[in-house]
Amino acid sequence: MNSLTTLLILLMAILVVFWEAAFNPIRSWLGAQVELLPALMVYTALRHSLTAVALLAVVGGLCFDSLSANPLGISVLPLFLVGLLLLLKRDLILHQQPFAQMVLGFAASALAPVLTLLILLTGGTTPLLGWGSLWQLLVVAAGGALAAPVFFELFGWFDRTLVYGPAHQTTFRPDREIRRGRL
Amino acid sequence: MLRRPHYITLGLVVLLTLLVLNLPDQTTARLKLGIGSIFLPLFGLANTAQQSAEQAAARLLPRSVLIEQNRRLTRENEQLRLQAIQAAEIDRENARLRQWVGWQRQQPWKLKLANVVLRDPANWWRTVHIDLGARDGLTNDLPVLTPEGLVGRVSSVSLTRAQVVLLGDPNCKVAARVVNSTRDLGVIESSGPLDIDLVEMSYLPRHATAKPGDAVVTSGEGGIFPKGIPIGTIVDVQSVEYGLAKAARVKLAVNLNALEQVWVMFPSNP
Repeated sequence: MNSLTTLLILLMAILVVFWEAAFNPIRSWLGAQVELLPALMVYTALRHSLTAVALLAVVGGLCFDSLSANPLGISVLPLFLVGLLLLLKRDLILHQQPFAQMVLGFAASALAPVLTLLILLTGGTTPLLGWGSLWQLLVVAAGGALAAPVFFELFGWFDRTLVYGPAHQTTFRPDREIRRGRL
Repeated sequence: MLRRPHYITLGLVVLLTLLVLNLPDQTTARLKLGIGSIFLPLFGLANTAQQSAEQAAARLLPRSVLIEQNRRLTRENEQLRLQAIQAAEIDRENARLRQWVGWQRQQPWKLKLANVVLRDPANWWRTVHIDLGARDGLTNDLPVLTPEGLVGRVSSVSLTRAQVVLLGDPNCKVAARVVNSTRDLGVIESSGPLDIDLVEMSYLPRHATAKPGDAVVTSGEGGIFPKGIPIGTIVDVQSVEYGLAKAARVKLAVNLNALEQVWVMFPSNP
């Protein structure tokens, strides 16, 4: 794990939460606001370590809840569970493929709000729910599906620009060295 | 397959979540405000960008349009001043009559303008953040409105910002009255997650004569909202609870999706 990339992921989480709260046209047009933290979690879980996943869940979840009427901390566990699930299965996932990234973004963005709602309802809180919530969930999931490949591209660019790449092995092999004698 | 580091991290996250969720309300509110202060630089940035855009737009407006606007506003201002003089006279008369009859004088209210800066990022709540806070004298449960009608009430206050819970949120219930001959009383509650302009008026008596098109205003009961603030108009009425009561859908007077500026009502003598 590169600490600079982790820092960038956390900064992106803060920006994403602010964008969700400040940018209203999608909500006015489609009746639901897109949630981008699960899509960011997809990128983090597939490319980074468990520590980065946990940090993103805690920072992103707490920031989200601080601007929302949610009880503080309610979004942390669902985000972490989504990240952990992806982290455990990442060797089986073709995460280089944009289509796979979209599918994972869709699934994660649908799963995280559902888990949050389950915890809210278990805690005795009554959020605004109805048949329209299914449409909202669809919008959220579709937004996540579109956002996931964007995060992969964006952080790929960050990595190429800001982070030292791995040192490649040279073609020199000592066992193939031609040793010349005196003659 | 879960390995030991996974278990440990999962345990830590669950522990942290339980710890934060079980904190006392005051501590949670302070923590929320503390974490929310991370966004202060972004607020500043967004405000600057908005102001620059407004200034640019103002420069693009032709002079003739501005002059016409100015004339219209001057006329409107004169009309409103005349109305204010009339209202002041009616107020004095009202006060005299109240004194004669022995009724208690109603508490006058002051208004303060606030900008809506953020909306709730979660789809299952209807709240907004405004740019007035405790330093401006805001406290919990103050009514928030626009010239069109009621918007909601202040639900939590920090030094520089406050959260307003809007009509239609499960945490914003308002005692309301239908403006008709029987003056039917009910409670404004949430309706559906998608219909942001519609709310439900429940607990109407079964003999209520409310019909579509009737205006709904605050009844003044409950102690938070003063009476007579417009809420909306009735769209339809139906019998509920096996005919024991009626419920009506009310179209809000205010477009909550397009909120940019709101007025916060303060009692004059807090």
